[in-house]
Amino acid sequence: MPNEFLPFARPRAGTQPPYLYRDYQSTQQRAPKRAPIRFEHTLSEITGPSFVAHWAGPDATDLTRQHKGEPLGERIIVEGRVLDEDGRPIAGTLLELWQCNAAGRYHHPVDQHDAPLDPNFTGAGQVVTGPDGSYRFLTIKPGAYPWRNTPNAWRPAHIHFGVFGPGFVTRLVTQMYFPGDPLLAYDPIYQSTADREARERLICQYDPDLSEAEWALGYRFDLVLRGRLATPADPV
Amino acid sequence: MMADKLIPTPSQTVGPFFHLGLARAEWSDLAADNPQGQRIAIEGRITDGDGAPVPDAMLEVWQANAAGRYNHPDDDQADKPLDPHFRGFGRVATDANGRFRLTTIKPGPVPGRGNALQAPHINVALFARGLLIHLYTRIYFADEPANAGDPLLSSIEDGAVRDTLVARRDPAAGSPPIYRWNIVMQGDGETAFLDI
Ligand SMILES: [Fe+3]
Repeated sequence: MPNEFLPFARPRAGTQPPYLYRDYQSTQQRAPKRAPIRFEHTLSEITGPSFVAHWAGPDATDLTRQHKGEPLGERIIVEGRVLDEDGRPIAGTLLELWQCNAAGRYHHPVDQHDAPLDPNFTGAGQVVTGPDGSYRFLTIKPGAYPWRNTPNAWRPAHIHFGVFGPGFVTRLVTQMYFPGDPLLAYDPIYQSTADREARERLICQYDPDLSEAEWALGYRFDLVLRGRLATPADPV
Repeated sequence: MMADKLIPTPSQTVGPFFHLGLARAEWSDLAADNPQGQRIAIEGRITDGDGAPVPDAMLEVWQANAAGRYNHPDDDQADKPLDPHFRGFGRVATDANGRFRLTTIKPGPVPGRGNALQAPHINVALFARGLLIHLYTRIYFADEPANAGDPLLSSIEDGAVRDTLVARRDPAAGSPPIYRWNIVMQGDGETAFLDI
């Protein structure tokens, strides 16, 4: 039986959002009232699904060529790496992403925003990260969209990202935002993380070297997952 | 020192439109590839603090195979076989009534810390609109004698809280056996969630 392994580190206070964040209304019926039970990692927590054999299907990294024509909007390249907090690349993990179209409408039956659907844009992609933890997508810049959190509330432009990492506890689902978006100051989902430095990790960076002339703007976005503790888990 | 550590990326809610990027109907059947073990179904419902069904939630599950080994390089229990037909990962979204159904095989017991043995269980992550960060919990099986020695179950003093982790076999169901297990996100009967 395995009896020694390195557990994953817990986040520092304020660097992850809380369950209850009053300005985000839906948390008020969905945040648990009782504190979660603290439980030290076992094999169940440090292991997790692997995707190196591409069992989630082939990579789909060009969201602009999933239909007959080209989607409307500003073409963007989103490139980055998946790392752990010690800067080690996370290779061979599945990254899934989804977003609305350039007008701010999701290709989803629940989205009733009065903005046009784009017949040439679905807005979903996936990739298994390379040996250096890298990924690259070609898509269009998503639009801002209204939501009913408070009257006249608008979500800043964002792309939803999900990534697994090596263990069940490294799972991360997050959102990528764009630099300089004035809506960030008013968005409770973005603002829910108290630590400013942590929060700013959610904003991608414009990279002129990644942009391609006469073609697409380049943005860089790294995802950082929990790292391992320095000492083995097992008690003496 | 923390100095050269990077801050992990904060979690953000999956929102109401996650199906677009994450829905994979075939992943609700972990037993599709005919793995070894007893085939079971798990059915349940997710409700919020108002007792209302949650139609926009998603569960991800991770479990050991029938012998109690995880399909992962860090599980080096050489005395237990890997099952090439069992990955151990699944995903299911709730329907309009907050209901879900998973098909899988019953996992074997897996080691805990030290010499402890953990009763058969399925690890669960819950995602939804209104959850800025996903919640973790576990599914145990009511008809499993090993529950009595399970470190997590034994650590929960309140029997009603402990019971929220335990799926019960539906006596009316035929084959495969159906285990019923609900999630209450908040309030009366609130599910035991884990800080892991
Ligand atoms: Fe969104």
